[in-house]
Amino acid sequence: MSPELRSNLIALQTIVIREVRRFTRIWPQTLLPPAITMALYFVIFGRLIGSQVGGVGQFSYMEFIVPGLIMMSVITNSYGNVVSSFYSSKFQRNIEELLVSPVSPHTILVGYLVGGVLRGLAVAFIVTLLSLFFTKLQVHHLGVTVLVMLLTATIFSMGGFINAVFARSFDDISIIPTFVLTPLTYLGGVFYSITLLPEFWQKVSMANPILHMVNAFRYGILGFSDINIGWAMASMLVAAALLYGVCINLLKSGRGMRQ
Amino acid sequence: MSAALSIRQLTKTYANGFKALDGIDLEVAEGDFFALLGPNGAGKSTTIGIISTLVNKSSGSVSVFGHDLDRDPYALKRCLGVVPQEFNFSQFEKVFDIVVTQAGYYGIPLKLARQRAEQYLQQLGLWDKRDVPARMLSGGMKRRLMIARALIHEPRLLILDEPTAGVDIELRRSMWSFLSELNDKGITIILTTHYLEEAEQLCRNIGIIDHGRIVENTSMKALLKTLHVETFLLDLKEAQLVAPQLNGYPSQLVDAQTLEVQVEKSLGITELFRQLAAQKVEVLSLRNKSNRLEELFVSLVEKNLAKVAK
Repeated sequence: MSPELRSNLIALQTIVIREVRRFTRIWPQTLLPPAITMALYFVIFGRLIGSQVGGVGQFSYMEFIVPGLIMMSVITNSYGNVVSSFYSSKFQRNIEELLVSPVSPHTILVGYLVGGVLRGLAVAFIVTLLSLFFTKLQVHHLGVTVLVMLLTATIFSMGGFINAVFARSFDDISIIPTFVLTPLTYLGGVFYSITLLPEFWQKVSMANPILHMVNAFRYGILGFSDINIGWAMASMLVAAALLYGVCINLLKSGRGMRQ
Repeated sequence: MSAALSIRQLTKTYANGFKALDGIDLEVAEGDFFALLGPNGAGKSTTIGIISTLVNKSSGSVSVFGHDLDRDPYALKRCLGVVPQEFNFSQFEKVFDIVVTQAGYYGIPLKLARQRAEQYLQQLGLWDKRDVPARMLSGGMKRRLMIARALIHEPRLLILDEPTAGVDIELRRSMWSFLSELNDKGITIILTTHYLEEAEQLCRNIGIIDHGRIVENTSMKALLKTLHVETFLLDLKEAQLVAPQLNGYPSQLVDAQTLEVQVEKSLGITELFRQLAAQKVEVLSLRNKSNRLEELFVSLVEKNLAKVAK
């Protein structure tokens, strides 16, 4: 192993440890709220309203919404981790600690992304455990389940990174989650099957990337999906590659970080 | 032997059109203790920002121990430790974690990073504060934390941008002795400061930057030799109504018991005291009106201001 590679691996480990330390240190802000929110969703939508709604296909309403709610947690937490961590580093200027060090931009980016993915996975694990109090969970296809979760967490971590690079104030890091992510997630088939929509709105919904992620994950868990899984997976891989290119170019250019 | 720092025709124009650096040439020898002085906005921090890659240069070249900023930035960064003017660490992390994390960025294994963190925090008097979040430290402690952090990868060139700003005199003096020890161990140090007494006491060579240009680059001794006139304040035993008549020594009363006298080096002060004694004026004590380097600095900056105004 070359000295540069060894050095970058240690740097990567350092960034990941720092990121994990950050979100576990402030667990009442990072890990507890999604647990409470999702428990409320399970009780209100799954148990109380769900019992009146009836099933979706061969599954109970509770079984149907659990994968979507897990994905919702992954999306908001992986995005939120990177956008808040990276913007805070810019705001406090401790991003300069990394910029003056001999760390490659790829190492910096991957370090932040791994941090975002790990928070997404940590929250997904908590939400999954909570869901077991309300329903039995099966895994139809482990590979699809894991791959979709990892890809989704990575894609939204990169989204958070881009948001943080362009953000100039703390307001700027809440605009996208509030006005873009939340509507897309609620309209992304978390609580309903798009087959319930008129044909026109079904076609419009297909433009929502979160619909594909939620359905691909639901396929991994339940073996049930409104969309083509192969297409969804390919789209996610392409989106991940494109976003990585955008992120690394932003980091190399020093936009918002170097004068 | 390559220079610790070599800068050639460095320019920087910011996006708003402000030209911060206008073709700087600067060379700092290995092992030097170099003062980079200049008034606010002269270009010191921009220069340091470019060397440490936090500011993108417009043109010119920078190399540290022969490693070019454009061709070999990672090797350059390994040789360089920077203590910036503003605090730039996470206020929420613990002191020990900040230093160990910085070591990780330089690829230093965790065990060694912890050993070095302990060593530098001990030396800088911060070991007792190792588990305290950085925001709880006093201003002086935060400055020392940034020095410990900058030293963790054992750089060959250490650049300190006003490291003693806002630090009390006792702590300032202990930092001076710490920096002198580092320099004695072979670390090249570049220091910017507004305390000219600090620069005079610590540094062997000096560069003065103003309006983005180097207006003086010489040894401290050579620069101080160019000071032909020094201004002294004499505390008089008896109150005087008018200033004594001193031949060759322009003078004025600051108050009834304080006389300000300009002394040309060629005349010396023996003759001054002889003339005062002849007029039965007794002197209790004598002091410089301002630091010698300060007088030179002000005159150089004023000269440059006049040149720029033309």
